[in-house]
Amino acid sequence: MTQVTLSGLTKIFDQKSPPAVDNLDLEIESGKLTALLGPSGCGKTTTMKMIAGLLRPTAGDILFDGDSILSIKPEERGAVMVFQNYLLFPYMNIADNIGFGLKMRKVNKKEIRSRVQDMLDLVQLPGFEDRKPNQLSGGQQQRIALARALIVQPNVLLLDEPLSNLDAHLRDEMRVLIRRIQTEMGITTVFVTHDQEEAVVLADKVALLFDGRLQQFDAPDSFYDTPNTVDIATFFGGTNFIPGYYLDGTITTDIGVFDAPNSLVPEGDAVLSIRPEAVDLGEGGENSVSGTVLSHVYAGRYARFQIRIGDIEIEAVTEPGQVKLFADGDNIPVKFDPDKIWVLGPNTAEQPAATTG
Amino acid sequence: MTTAPAPLPGIAPRTIGRTTLRWAGIMGLLAFLVAPMVPLFIWSISFRWFYPDILPSEYSARAWEQVISPTNNVIGATGQTTLIALLCTVLSVLLGVPAGRALGLHNFKGKRIVEVLILAPIIVPGLAVVLGIDTMFIRYGLSGNILGVTLVHLVPTLPYMTLVMSGVYANYDVDYELQARSLGAGRWATQRYVTLPAVFPGVVVGALFTFLISWSQYVLTLLIGDGQVETLPILLFNFARSEPAIAGALSVVFILPGILVLLLSSKYLSGDSAAVGGIGNI
Repeated sequence: MTQVTLSGLTKIFDQKSPPAVDNLDLEIESGKLTALLGPSGCGKTTTMKMIAGLLRPTAGDILFDGDSILSIKPEERGAVMVFQNYLLFPYMNIADNIGFGLKMRKVNKKEIRSRVQDMLDLVQLPGFEDRKPNQLSGGQQQRIALARALIVQPNVLLLDEPLSNLDAHLRDEMRVLIRRIQTEMGITTVFVTHDQEEAVVLADKVALLFDGRLQQFDAPDSFYDTPNTVDIATFFGGTNFIPGYYLDGTITTDIGVFDAPNSLVPEGDAVLSIRPEAVDLGEGGENSVSGTVLSHVYAGRYARFQIRIGDIEIEAVTEPGQVKLFADGDNIPVKFDPDKIWVLGPNTAEQPAATTG
Repeated sequence: MTTAPAPLPGIAPRTIGRTTLRWAGIMGLLAFLVAPMVPLFIWSISFRWFYPDILPSEYSARAWEQVISPTNNVIGATGQTTLIALLCTVLSVLLGVPAGRALGLHNFKGKRIVEVLILAPIIVPGLAVVLGIDTMFIRYGLSGNILGVTLVHLVPTLPYMTLVMSGVYANYDVDYELQARSLGAGRWATQRYVTLPAVFPGVVVGALFTFLISWSQYVLTLLIGDGQVETLPILLFNFARSEPAIAGALSVVFILPGILVLLLSSKYLSGDSAAVGGIGNI
């Protein structure tokens, strides 16, 4: 179990372009599964390669359990990276691939053989020893790549987009497998992904990066409930934004005044954000306004409504049964639960400091 | 280099047509490549062979006796040629593999110029190059000895080695090395267990070319060897005018290693090995 600390970590590839990773501070908890999330080109994989020792940081430090490991060679760090495209050595059979790390550690052949067996059982591919990588499907190659990393009992396991090359069905299977192995072995694991759903489902904690900078490092639900910026909320998708002015626990907008105890801004211009699931239709009283149903979609497990309030259009996701209650064109009361309103800073230029904790 | 796809079972009528065509192709190729060597062999065992006879009127083992006899130094020249070709191959591998890696994997300023310059010794006639080199070699005592001849053989061979390897490395994913490092392999172990097996077919092909190019050098050996270094091509030229029978026998000896090396390394030359994909696709 190893705690990984990134301190002011910076990587500049080219002086003319902005840093790939910019002054990144991150505390990756021991034995936990942490996701590095962000759109492509945000520096996730670069960060991972620096942790693995495959890239030298331009500035900053990386610590394992409090000790800087920058001077330690990649082969001695015990941080094993599994690449996105698996990179099974094509001229070695599966047993030799999995046993590679042990062979490099001069483990005797007999022990290698038995531990390779264990690993094949662990990734549920027993009997694959003599096959060649090109005889395996993508999903199988992925599992072998995982086994090859796990066999050396790494301090830190680094997975680069472990699910992106798999189809939907295999992805679920792999997700379960990674979670199970990680829990069983308790290895500090970092994985890179561009898919926010994947990050939320799999990780204990998510670090969101835009343009090499940390935006938010939190438990998955915080990204939905209390995002730091409009950009973050937008990346996680489907949130309603209504601009307004915040003062003393209420936000005044063009469509009305709402109680909002939860705010990131103490006072001033702000944005009210509320998720479609938190919009209650047909309920009046406190924090409610009148709106017009523009359209609706019945989706089996839920229903989705487009509502116009004043000049603003919002989306509401409700119980499927509600499609029977409201027709297009109806004027209905729309209520925002004060506890589910989250007030953010007004623009993306001034970003509040990323919360860690 | 392309390999014809294996005929599919179960499509009988077309398979026959294809097989016939393929055999015709193979026979044609054989006729084209092997037929010119047949007269050489016949020359070597002929005693009298005059127009318009299709075959010699009298046969003799005299030429082969001459080849074996110590007076003509055929065995010595063969050894010398082999030694020079092997030395040249080793040097080519040692210099050409890293050079090819640099060209294939990295982008650096002036890379295009280097690529063009590497081709220069192939484009510029060897004679022109060697006349310039000759004076330098004389000054440094490299004229008239094996070392000098070996070095001058690098002029036409090193470009081949470098180009082959740059093609191989261009198709090589360096992430394999990073993966190996991450799994616990040191620098050398990574080269030995990961990189070398991946580029090995390319090295074999490059070494093969190098060996054969060096083996068949005439002009460069003649000028730099200064008559002191006697290789098979030199010997062959001496006999070519005066003694066609001996020249024929020598030619057979001369061709043998090429065929031998070709057969031994054929599995690397076929387009099947991924690492040679680079040159395979040219």
